[in-house]
Amino acid sequence: MELLDVSLLGWSRAQFAMTAMYHWLFVPLTLGLGIVMSVMETLYVKTGKEEWKKATKFWMTLFGVNFAIGVATGIILEFEFGTNWSNYSWFVGDIFGAPLAIEGIMAFFMEATFISIMFFGWNKVSQKFHLASTWLTVLGATLSALWILVANAWMQYPIGMEFNPDMTRNEMIDFWSILLSPVAINKFLHTVFSGWVLGALFVIGVSAWFLLKKRDTDFALRSMKVGAIFGVIATALIILTGDGSAYHVSQKQPMKLAVMEGLYEGKTNADLLAFGVLNPDKKVYNDSIDPFLMKMPVPVPGMLSFLGYRDFDAFVPGIKDIIEGGYETPKGTALPFTEKKARGKAAIRALADYQKAMAAKDTISAATYKAVLKENYAYFGYGYLENPEELIPNVPMVFYSFHFMVGLGMYFLALFVVVLFFVYRKNIEKQKWLLWISLLTIPLGYVAGELGWVVAEVGRQPWAIQDVLPVQAAISNISSESVKLTFFLFLILFTALLVAEVRIMLKQIKKGPETH
Amino acid sequence: MFNKLYIFYRDGFKNMTVGKTLWLIVLIKLFIMFAILKVFFFPDYLNTNFDSDESKANHVRQELINKSN
Repeated sequence: MELLDVSLLGWSRAQFAMTAMYHWLFVPLTLGLGIVMSVMETLYVKTGKEEWKKATKFWMTLFGVNFAIGVATGIILEFEFGTNWSNYSWFVGDIFGAPLAIEGIMAFFMEATFISIMFFGWNKVSQKFHLASTWLTVLGATLSALWILVANAWMQYPIGMEFNPDMTRNEMIDFWSILLSPVAINKFLHTVFSGWVLGALFVIGVSAWFLLKKRDTDFALRSMKVGAIFGVIATALIILTGDGSAYHVSQKQPMKLAVMEGLYEGKTNADLLAFGVLNPDKKVYNDSIDPFLMKMPVPVPGMLSFLGYRDFDAFVPGIKDIIEGGYETPKGTALPFTEKKARGKAAIRALADYQKAMAAKDTISAATYKAVLKENYAYFGYGYLENPEELIPNVPMVFYSFHFMVGLGMYFLALFVVVLFFVYRKNIEKQKWLLWISLLTIPLGYVAGELGWVVAEVGRQPWAIQDVLPVQAAISNISSESVKLTFFLFLILFTALLVAEVRIMLKQIKKGPETH
Repeated sequence: MFNKLYIFYRDGFKNMTVGKTLWLIVLIKLFIMFAILKVFFFPDYLNTNFDSDESKANHVRQELINKSN
């Protein structure tokens, strides 16, 4: 392998991760708060009660603050594709470009049209038209997320394309299989529901603050009720789609599942861990050191086998099995890393030979090399990996992120249920401990969302596109110094935006619903 | 029709409270992103260095081949 500028790869990845994580501080609240305010406005239109209108306008203002500060922060990711990840950008061709273009157009027209009616249209358009505009604004934001997540899902499970060696790019041959890929659908739903959970946590947390301050009690109780009901529904949905994620990951990205569970040696009737502490002495995937200092499985034997394969007795491959191959899969016996690497090398060599043959106008040889390339293309990315260890993502980062995320999800469900219980007993304002917990839980909603992305993205390393393109082949040949510089520029810009968001939000919250 | 739309937006912008601050932030942000960051720090690597799709494809192909050696 040619000398790779590790610093360039590291900084490019760090920059992308930082940008995506900051972007994800804004997006989920837009998705979740949008539903809450739409539900409240629906209640206003249905009941005619001014209290609902007041509540709607309050949450709508906070939605507006979050939307305005967060809007277009995702575009920076596209800048990075063009500059830092140009090989990748070219290689994925229209598969990535088409969903992003649709997202841009849809987001711009749908959200820009209806958001202005939503904010400016009170008392100027009919109640029903205003309500429709509010729902359509939220729908627009949600559909924007759909296209981004379709593109992301394709990177995790590339389908519906064919590699064109003349243009060195993948070309879309089946739009619908990309859009309706089970990975894309599940990823979209799971991600949107995580935004809903954050929205619900935000609403009950801010409402709890009003109750602690003994201010605007009627408004806070109404909001708390909507928030808690919405939270229970959203958390149930996220658990359901989380199950779908585990299933798809086990089928399409078994290494990610193995790392999520710290599973080095595969087994049948595999247990799901509730929690565990990894052994820092475990350095090599095939040594005999126990990967855990302690572990606590969930009390249902074979749960991981069931989650991954819908069979309590199914074999779940571990990191060692995936590298060494030899276990049975629905597609046949799994290949070892060495064989995949050989096929990847053969594919890359065929691409080089194809290029030479075409330059020499030797179309017969070119057709032969093209066939070899096509035959081995599924393993193209393995040709860039030297050692099997390169296939293993960062185990502690993925393992702990996954388990903390799941733990937080369970905690959120319990919190929503308890809040709802006291709301219906009509004495939640007296439960100061619960109000404080609700308020202090708001940041944990953000933490859970970010951890989810760490699991999804760190867990698929080394791949930019699963099995086809590793990150080291995806980056541009540019100076790492420029990437380092822009990393810090973004850090400053995003931090400034975050500070502005928090300050304006706090100011608006302190003003209370009466001024809206 | 257009007059009504104009009045709708004019009044909407005029009566904004927190919205004015937000618009200012949005405009500053977009200026920094598109007029500074994009122009000076984020040139499109392939568009800057290559003229045609064919030369871009050749470059990426060569990169993919070289990186595996």
